[in-house]
Amino acid sequence: MENVLAIVVGILVACATFLILSRDLIRILLGIAILSNAANLLIFTAGRVTRDAPPLVPGDLEVPAGAYANPLPQALILTAIVIGFGLLAFALVLSYRAYVAMRTVDVDAMREAEPPYPDQSPPTGEDGRQTPLRRRGAAGTPTREAAQ
Amino acid sequence: MMLPAVISGFALGAVAPWVVRAVGARAHWLLAVLPAVLFVYFAGFLPGVAEGQVYRFATEWVPGLGVTLSFYVDGLALLFALLISGIGTFIVIYTGGYLHGHEQIGRFYVYLLSFMASMLGVVLADNAITLFVFWELTSLTSFLLIGFNHEESRSRRAAVQALIVTGGGGLALLAGLLLMGAVGGTLEISELMTQPEVLHGSPLYTAMVILVLAGAFSKSAQFPLHFWLPNAMEAPTPVSAYLHSSTMVKAGVYLVARMSPGLGGSELWFYALVIFGAVTMLTGALLALRQTDLKLVLAYTTVAGLGTLVMLIGLSAPLGYKAAAVFLITHALYKGCLFMSAGAVDHETGTRNPLELGGLRGAMPITFAAAALAGLSMSGIVPFIGFIGKEVMYEATLHLGPVGGVVLTIATIAGNALTIVAAGVVVLRPFFGERRKTPKHPHEAPVELYLGPCVLAGLGLLAGIAYPLTQDSLTAPMMGSMAGTMPDHRAAELYLWHGLKLPLFLSLLTLGLGIAGYVYWDRIRESLAATLRAIGWGPDLGYDQVIAGVEWLSFRQVRVQQTGYLRHYLIVTFTVFAAFVVWTLMTVGGGPSAFEMPAVRLTEWVALGLMVMGAGAATLVYSRIAAIAAIGVVGYAVALIFVMFSAPDLAFTQFMVETLTVVILVLVLMRVPLEVRAFRGLGARIRDAVISIAVGVVFTLVLMGVVQGDLDLRLSEYFAETSVPVAHGHNIVNVILVDFRALDTLGEIFVVTVAGLSTFALVRLALFKRKGGAGEGGGA
Repeated sequence: MENVLAIVVGILVACATFLILSRDLIRILLGIAILSNAANLLIFTAGRVTRDAPPLVPGDLEVPAGAYANPLPQALILTAIVIGFGLLAFALVLSYRAYVAMRTVDVDAMREAEPPYPDQSPPTGEDGRQTPLRRRGAAGTPTREAAQ
Repeated sequence: MMLPAVISGFALGAVAPWVVRAVGARAHWLLAVLPAVLFVYFAGFLPGVAEGQVYRFATEWVPGLGVTLSFYVDGLALLFALLISGIGTFIVIYTGGYLHGHEQIGRFYVYLLSFMASMLGVVLADNAITLFVFWELTSLTSFLLIGFNHEESRSRRAAVQALIVTGGGGLALLAGLLLMGAVGGTLEISELMTQPEVLHGSPLYTAMVILVLAGAFSKSAQFPLHFWLPNAMEAPTPVSAYLHSSTMVKAGVYLVARMSPGLGGSELWFYALVIFGAVTMLTGALLALRQTDLKLVLAYTTVAGLGTLVMLIGLSAPLGYKAAAVFLITHALYKGCLFMSAGAVDHETGTRNPLELGGLRGAMPITFAAAALAGLSMSGIVPFIGFIGKEVMYEATLHLGPVGGVVLTIATIAGNALTIVAAGVVVLRPFFGERRKTPKHPHEAPVELYLGPCVLAGLGLLAGIAYPLTQDSLTAPMMGSMAGTMPDHRAAELYLWHGLKLPLFLSLLTLGLGIAGYVYWDRIRESLAATLRAIGWGPDLGYDQVIAGVEWLSFRQVRVQQTGYLRHYLIVTFTVFAAFVVWTLMTVGGGPSAFEMPAVRLTEWVALGLMVMGAGAATLVYSRIAAIAAIGVVGYAVALIFVMFSAPDLAFTQFMVETLTVVILVLVLMRVPLEVRAFRGLGARIRDAVISIAVGVVFTLVLMGVVQGDLDLRLSEYFAETSVPVAHGHNIVNVILVDFRALDTLGEIFVVTVAGLSTFALVRLALFKRKGGAGEGGGA
């Protein structure tokens, strides 16, 4: 079973990486969300998985009877889920603030901390430095922000 | 006894400002007691050393690394120690007069006395690491002293330049010393020098010689690294007289002499020393004549003198060493004296330009007398030590053989003749001829300023007249150290009258050439200046170009490394990660060995399928709503997996968190424009897809490798077994979280709290701005 889960983890990581490499800040955040799930699943898998045997001690016993799932990775993942959520929530709000301040979700255009070199062209041209050449949705439709 | 003697200078330096504050303007007389006492202490070694004894003192420092604070007194070390402490005494006194009333004179004494201690450490150290530490300390104190007038940009540049050149050379020296230590099996130089055959036989011999000589040549201002020394004349005159003529710049000469028994004797060593030394001698002497500043004239003749010393050591035993030993004493005595008297002239008249000076012998008779004696020694006139020095120098060069001997002798005659011209410039020009108008009306300098020059000039005369004493107590032991043998008084024999032999005629020829050169000095100077202007480039300018080149290079490098694009950094990170893990899996192993298809239930297939499809959809769709929904699907599918594989607590938490995540995603992202503008081009997408797949594959391989290996369950079993008996909880996962690892959980609660507060703060910030009606930031 672990082998199959390992393949799934690989697929999730690949999807997350592709999203994180994007120019679009929102897609980067989606990638982080998937990556945190993938990481949890990775820890879970590395601790081996067991079907139908939760790590619970029956009420009248001192130690679990028979096989039981590995409790240690579960404890770690429980922490990781909550921390991952905190991180994602903060990153989301921060990105939203960045968008409000800079009016863009294009990370190539966010150059406040590292201003472009005098001779460095602003993000234009092929290979990930494009200005919006094409738009999804109806061209010219006023966005919600633009309407405000 | 030796360790306190060496480091006493640091101790006195540390309290010097308070001594100055307590004693006032006469503090220099008190501070000079220490170097004087040290001089007497070192002089106590003279009789023993003259008989060939050596003294070794060792204190443990870092025994684990073979580093000891060991000191070694032999003829070579003792002569240098005497020069350092003896001249140091007069320099401290001189400083009191020269910087009289300077408000930061206390700081100056700190540097000066620390330098003296560092320099004593260099010449007395036996352990290579100890030598290196003191060596770099002299570079540092020299940096501080050159930059003493730190308000002047020229001083700052000169200080940094000297530090870069000498400090960089010091690093080369360290590498060389460590190589020697590795080959010789010890870091004690005295032991290394007894095994020349081991050092010569090593394949690393060439590297050792080059590295050690790089350190020595940079410190002793050998061509083409000589440029820092004239620039160092920005320092106050006591520094120039002490560090940059008589002591620190001779550290390189000392090192070459010290290493001669072990490293010397090869062709590489001989040619490196003789060629670099001779070229430096001629370059320095020639450039000295172009200067119109007494200190610069002296600085360039110092470069020439250092070149001469290196060349003579290269000529090796016995004649080269004899000439080097005599010339070392000669040069230290006359150069220290002339620097100090030039400083006195500057102090009294307000100028150091020999063209503006003249006829001072009446106004400054004592300074004149000292300078004249030193100038005579510099010119090599009977019966000064300088005369003996020149005689043995010619003996050494003539001894070399028909071709090399003639070439080297001619070069030496030229160097010495040019030096005589320089002596005329610094002694005859200011003191003879017509009195000229100077910025200040000249008076005799105070006693502090002429005491040192008088004593040093007198010693130059004395050392010449009492030459048997010089020979027995100073030069013969030093020659022994350089040759690695006992002092050989027969080989070291000096003569004031050598008979009507070739060296005497060469001396007369040199003198004649020098006098002629002095007469035509104005013309020589101008044509030299014109030539240099025509060349228009020199090592000093080259230094600037190198620095500018380094700056350019680092700028280009930053441009490549720090593009400012987040994706570039991420691409590098992911690629390096994937490549390194694959490389490790291939070289070290640890990847999966086999793949067995396990039995997977239908419900599990569904959950896994949902997960993969969700992730794929989130990656491929551009609609925000669809992507958020897909993310939710991934999260819920993970929760399902947790349910199926016996993790009810995880599933419960995951369901809750995933729901919240989707809610927040929708809340926030719906405020951002729905159409996505930031597209990657097709090429970029293919590149990113390749990187992503590689990263995913790496994760899969590593995880498969992990699950196919052994699992250490001891900790899990411990928790399971102790959960009820110790912690009274039946849910093992909960017990781990709130009991066994309660502190971790507390930390987690803090993290989540801080994240929540920050999120709240960011949201509130937006609200307030909106209420205030202020524009929300600038457009991008």
